[in-house]
Amino acid sequence: MRLQGDGLIDRNRRMTFSFDGRHYTGFDGDTLASALIANDIKVVARSFKYHRPRGIFSAGSEEPNALVTVGRGPGQEPNARATTIELFDGLATYSQNCWPSVDFDLLAINDLASPFLGAGFYYKTFMWPKAFWEKVYEPVIRRAAGLGALSKEAGTARYERAFAFCDLLVIGGGPAGLMAAWTAAQAGADVILADEDRLLGGKLNAETEEVDGQPGAVWAAAMRTRLDEMENVRVMTRTAVVGAYDQGTYGALERLAPDLAARTAAPKACFWRIVAKRSVLATGAIERPVAFQNNDRPGVMMASALRAYVNRWRVSPGQRVAIFANSDAGHRTAADLQAAGVHVAALVDARTDAECALDVPFFAGAQVGNTEGRKGLEAISVMRASGVEKIQADVLAMSGGWNPSVHLSCHMGGQPVWNPELAAFLPAEGAIPGMVYAGAVNGAFSTRACLESGVTAGWKALVELGIERGSIDVPGAENGTYEITPIWTVPGKGRAWLDFQNDVTVKDVKQAAQENFTSVEHMKRYTTQGMAPDQGKNSNIGALAVLADATGRGISETGTTTYRPPFVPVPIAALGAGGQGKGFAPQRFTTSHDAAVGRGAPMIEAGLWYRPSYFPKPGETHWRQSCDREVKMVRDHVGICDVSTLGKIDLQGPDASTFLDMVYTGMMSTLKLGRVRYGLMLREDGHVMDDGTCARLGESQYLVTTTTAAAGQVMRHLDFVHQALCPQMDVRFASVTEQWAQFAVVGPKSRALLEELIGHDLDNDNWPFMGCGPINIGGVEGRLFRISFSGELAYEIAVPARYGASLFEELTKRAEAMEGGLYGMEALNVLRIEKGFITHAEIHGRITAFDIGMQGMMSQRKDFIGKTMAARPGLMDDTREQMVGLRPVGAVKELLAGAHLFDADADAVSENDQGYITSVGFSPNLGHVIGLGFLKQGRARIGEKVRTVEHLNGSSTLCEVIDPVAFDPSGGRMRG
Amino acid sequence: MRISCPICGERDRREFYYAGHALAVDRPDEDAGSAAWDDYVHNRANPCGETRDLWYHEMGCGAWLVVTRNTATHEVLDTVLAEEAAR
Repeated sequence: MRLQGDGLIDRNRRMTFSFDGRHYTGFDGDTLASALIANDIKVVARSFKYHRPRGIFSAGSEEPNALVTVGRGPGQEPNARATTIELFDGLATYSQNCWPSVDFDLLAINDLASPFLGAGFYYKTFMWPKAFWEKVYEPVIRRAAGLGALSKEAGTARYERAFAFCDLLVIGGGPAGLMAAWTAAQAGADVILADEDRLLGGKLNAETEEVDGQPGAVWAAAMRTRLDEMENVRVMTRTAVVGAYDQGTYGALERLAPDLAARTAAPKACFWRIVAKRSVLATGAIERPVAFQNNDRPGVMMASALRAYVNRWRVSPGQRVAIFANSDAGHRTAADLQAAGVHVAALVDARTDAECALDVPFFAGAQVGNTEGRKGLEAISVMRASGVEKIQADVLAMSGGWNPSVHLSCHMGGQPVWNPELAAFLPAEGAIPGMVYAGAVNGAFSTRACLESGVTAGWKALVELGIERGSIDVPGAENGTYEITPIWTVPGKGRAWLDFQNDVTVKDVKQAAQENFTSVEHMKRYTTQGMAPDQGKNSNIGALAVLADATGRGISETGTTTYRPPFVPVPIAALGAGGQGKGFAPQRFTTSHDAAVGRGAPMIEAGLWYRPSYFPKPGETHWRQSCDREVKMVRDHVGICDVSTLGKIDLQGPDASTFLDMVYTGMMSTLKLGRVRYGLMLREDGHVMDDGTCARLGESQYLVTTTTAAAGQVMRHLDFVHQALCPQMDVRFASVTEQWAQFAVVGPKSRALLEELIGHDLDNDNWPFMGCGPINIGGVEGRLFRISFSGELAYEIAVPARYGASLFEELTKRAEAMEGGLYGMEALNVLRIEKGFITHAEIHGRITAFDIGMQGMMSQRKDFIGKTMAARPGLMDDTREQMVGLRPVGAVKELLAGAHLFDADADAVSENDQGYITSVGFSPNLGHVIGLGFLKQGRARIGEKVRTVEHLNGSSTLCEVIDPVAFDPSGGRMRG
Repeated sequence: MRISCPICGERDRREFYYAGHALAVDRPDEDAGSAAWDDYVHNRANPCGETRDLWYHEMGCGAWLVVTRNTATHEVLDTVLAEEAAR
């Protein structure tokens, strides 16, 4: 129900939302949780394992119970915490893990079976028969257990990522964080202040106490205004710092305000990587529950959360509230409730010497031992030395003390330190380089102590940053002491919950200890304590206290489980923001892309590049028809193909020749001006890295080409060889791949085409095979190379990229007038297979120059990368697999790349493996399929019959081993 | 992790390409023998503690760097250009 009074909601802005299809209203400033409470909705979820009805338990990101699904369809977000969802008009939410409804859930039968479903149940029960696990047990368990579900549709929500840098990152905007940020900002430091709430102030927004003579929330709002006005401060609300990493890097998830996130194309959240020279951890503390029988009924909640609902949101989850505490928190809660006009049914204080100044039914030295109620709390049992008394109550607020939120201090391996006086773990000094602690996270539990420690932390950071500090007045505030006698559990026979989200009880932890899972890490995994999305934020410490008790050890000795990022759940889509679709694989287009697409060519990916597969003509219904036609067209007339995607590296300098001798197997320094040479580059381990051409454009200028696939690798390699191995060489180089558009003009009519285009005689005397040089095409300075990857008379013509599109159109037009035209990657592949030319299908990383018959290209007159290791006996052995050609000779006429080779009469088992096929294609010129592959001692086996076997689809082909050069072995066409 | 490139300044490690131990800058002579070449190409220690390795500022200036860092604490202790380390 909604209470009178102001709170921090705007009653002028009413908002309509839905839960399980029913519509309700709330106000701006509400969370889904406070709005549900205002509408008297008690059961909001079912528990993970037993399907027990559950209500709202906390008021923050630690919420274990109130997980809901937001939205339906592609944008559906499961497991959202009702306590952190900001209310907005049209918000649609749904309960989860229940069927048919949250109020009547058939799987609640699990609760009756609970004696059989304790810790280790799965491990003990589903052992046999073995085959049942996948078919029966797992599907049933998956159906029964679990939280929310994804829609299984592609997500539509957008996410962003961003980087930020600062002198000081203050994590948490409560009183300590505010003062730390203020202190550092006043001194001129570059400050980021992050808090997961929409408001700064932390607990001040939930309490009635004053700071500096004004209500705490008012003081915090004024501080925010002052910080917002400073240029050197960035206030990031709705931003949870989720992880601490090396060298002052922090991960943070910023949720956008609902009205901003609702705008077209706006992201839902942004994942920040914040690099901070220093940081202040001011994350406060999370109130600790007490484990007693049936402490999970809807209506049982944390005392501090209840105060937050009453004070900040002006809602009460019930009419008769009982309170159970072991510190002054109980009295504070009772006072706030009374002030708000809510009836306090009982104040149960576990301290025997406690006194009460309030007019409420008071029970000192008592504990709550049990609760009753079916779908919500109806009564509690108060246990005193004198006996048990039952009290009617629909809400029970409990407080077992505070657990400092040390999580981030542990992300780099630090272990928190047990403080017996505070009965709490505090962050270890120096656990994160550059991080200092302030406020409740470091055991400062009064508001005044938080404010003071914030100033001290700010000063400490300033000293380390070398920034002169100013003087800061610490505002006046409550300065009480924190005295606590911990209560972890209340004795009783029934189930007492520790981990509400994963349904782990005191009994489960004791059972784990009994079965010798006594290490806290083993207990965790055996019981699943703390392994739900909330990661045991409010239950881990209680569970390890139970374990410590059960094993007769101290809490300090028992230790905590490892705290790992993220502090709150982070959508994978936020971590990977920018990495979907084109962000994952940007597209690189050649200058002829539009023309190719315009002619209906299907484009295939080549790395990030897109290249045409083939250019279909009217009437062609299968790619092979187009491919066969294009191959014949090239061999008979002339074909045009964009080859701009090959890597191009421009090398210049007096030592360019010497440098190239070092990276190529062959001697490049002897290359004459205006000539091109084919070259191989090896890795230092002696295997082939890449092949390509090297053209000498000037006395000290070369143009090196690489394959499309290895362009980046070769550039990196050349940089390494130059900088790390030959720094004395005076040579510089740059990639010019994208600066030049380059087209292959291929076929018997290529010379005639180009002579007409450039008006220059290109006969063998003027422009011999493997010649290169500058040309002029209509006033544009270009380059012409007479090189061939097809075995035909061929040229490659290059112009600055801005002229690429128009040159491509011109070449196409002229080729078509000569019965020629465009050809794509499929035809290019067939042409090169016919000639036995290699690609990375062949030089796949395990291949030596010897294997591809190029051992002669390894110069003996100089050192080069890979030379020594390539000479290892194993890499020169005659029994190695060597490149051969293959053609089918039996009934089966097909070949498959990837098939393995066997002797014709041998079993197709790995011991008999003789090699494999790397490339296949149908040769319209030869009239059959041909393949390239590697065969043991292959060069000596030309003419032999081998059998190819493809085990994946069971195919087998009888082949003849042939020379890799299946077409025009003399090479006359190319030199023609 | 962040690496200080001597040319570009401190940058996120995502800008860099990692390439193993920095002994790769000490290339043996052609005839140094198979043991030396085996060590150079194949054999690498896996230290818990200080190590020197090669990083390439691929998304930056294209410099190869020798980075001294601690594999246990992830501290980056020193960064020099491979060009200088090699001289």
